[in-house]
Amino acid sequence: MPSTAQILDWLTIAKPYIIMGLVVAVWPLVSGYIVLMERKVMADMQVRLGPMRVGPHGLLQPIADALKLLIKEDIIPARVDKWVFWFAPVIPVLTALTAFAVLPFSQRYFVAELNVGVIFILAMTSIGVLGIMLGGWASNSSYPLLGALRSTAQLVSYEVAMGFAVVAAVMVAGSLDMVNIVKHQQASGVWFIFYQPIGFFIYLVAAMAETNRAPFDMPEAESELVAGFMTEYSGFRWALYFLAEYSNIFVVCSIATTLFFGGWLRPFPNVAWLNFLDWAPAVMLVGVGAGCLYLAGKQLSAANKIGMGVLGAAIIAVGLAFGVPMVIDYVSGPFWFLFKVAVMIYMFMWARFTFPRYRYDQLMQLGWKWMIPLGMANLLVTGVLILVKMQYWSAK
Amino acid sequence: MDQFFFYMFSAVILVMALLCVTAKNAVHSAIFLIGTLLGVAGLYLHLGAEFLAGVQVILYVGGIMVLFLFVIMLVNIDQTLKEAIFSGQWKLGLIGVALLGVELVWFVAKGTGLPEKPETHAAAPAAAQLGNVQQVGDVLFQSYLLPFEIASILLLVAMVGAVVMAKKRI
Repeated sequence: MPSTAQILDWLTIAKPYIIMGLVVAVWPLVSGYIVLMERKVMADMQVRLGPMRVGPHGLLQPIADALKLLIKEDIIPARVDKWVFWFAPVIPVLTALTAFAVLPFSQRYFVAELNVGVIFILAMTSIGVLGIMLGGWASNSSYPLLGALRSTAQLVSYEVAMGFAVVAAVMVAGSLDMVNIVKHQQASGVWFIFYQPIGFFIYLVAAMAETNRAPFDMPEAESELVAGFMTEYSGFRWALYFLAEYSNIFVVCSIATTLFFGGWLRPFPNVAWLNFLDWAPAVMLVGVGAGCLYLAGKQLSAANKIGMGVLGAAIIAVGLAFGVPMVIDYVSGPFWFLFKVAVMIYMFMWARFTFPRYRYDQLMQLGWKWMIPLGMANLLVTGVLILVKMQYWSAK
Repeated sequence: MDQFFFYMFSAVILVMALLCVTAKNAVHSAIFLIGTLLGVAGLYLHLGAEFLAGVQVILYVGGIMVLFLFVIMLVNIDQTLKEAIFSGQWKLGLIGVALLGVELVWFVAKGTGLPEKPETHAAAPAAAQLGNVQQVGDVLFQSYLLPFEIASILLLVAMVGAVVMAKKRI
């Protein structure tokens, strides 16, 4: 019988692998539900209902979609470059999932703590671009090639602006380590968005362009390019591109949360009388569960009633389990991190359904003539202010 | 373990470089070149230079190779596929290889073992605590400030030259 200390030892060794496995296993499902959320939000903004048929309120839609894509015929068009065509969709998924490794979900939950974490993520996203380029080229068709060229030009341009925004925030933190950046925010008691509002704005715009989201969804501008670089893709390869897109959205939102919104810290982490905010995960889950139970009563068919009721009961049970003081300590960090990321993703959806698409030349103009100079100016001002502050403090 | 990774990355680099030279299709060549560059980044990581590895990937794979591919895609590949990959300059190539071989043999014969690893230096504990990024910054802005500035001016000159050449009316 191994002692408790031994078991704890094993757990610390196994922790990165467990988290890795969890992320890879759960993330595709979660991204499916993000798609459902996107469709629901879009429907709401356009005064529609959205998916309602599969399961109560369309809750089983992502699973049905995934099954459909899995069993669909995998069409490889004639005269494509087979080897590259086959490999291209894997690249962005691989890099996006690799980038998950350095995201600090909380003080305890991360796969690796690199002292160049931010650079690691930027490197991974820059490799991901290749998947889009090669996919578009290998299709051996006009629309995909045009889409690939456009998206590459866009990604390369906006990567520069994004880099400037990230570097400004990193300068304030004085570290490239994702975990340390959050710890610096805890120590200074202020989220970096208050030091870097312009930096955050630039980051947000660049991130939307980086992830090919409207209003910058040039590569897949349906009205001009059919579906851009993935026109020739179908079935599960097509799904891989979508998985990559949503993974990238999650990654850029996580970077924004870590750099500008205090990562896993709750709002006002140093104010003692707000300690009750630590209980938010339990309260929120119980509330969501109660909402599910209320909606269960309104369902028409018996199956939907039971399904919704069981879901609500399960969520309430998990919420109550989180209410145990010993557990709350472990779930509060990840909850706040994921909550902030979810709010950011919601903002991305907002932007998508609010702004019309940029024309290609406008997009380039915005990137090179506004975002990059603004980023450089922001960097310069930040540097000068940090120097002045250092001088002032040392003079005292 | 150390040696295993060294040989693994070296094998990746060499095989990819060979494939890059022999591939008929220019895009395939570019893909293999990307593999080579990633292997070099792996070697940097293996040597404990995380910052350098990250920058290698961002600049070479994310920047330069993407631009390479961009240009290759605009070129008509069907035409190049018909041409022979090796031009007839065997003699020049042989001379170059022979010179390089002599140089390598000379250095290997003259060398007295591996250079000391930075960990064995006296100042190692302090440096190890600083972290990779700080070390690079310190060295770059203290010992090698002039070369660094010269390199950046060189890049600026190249950029201005490219703009002047590309645009007729500025």
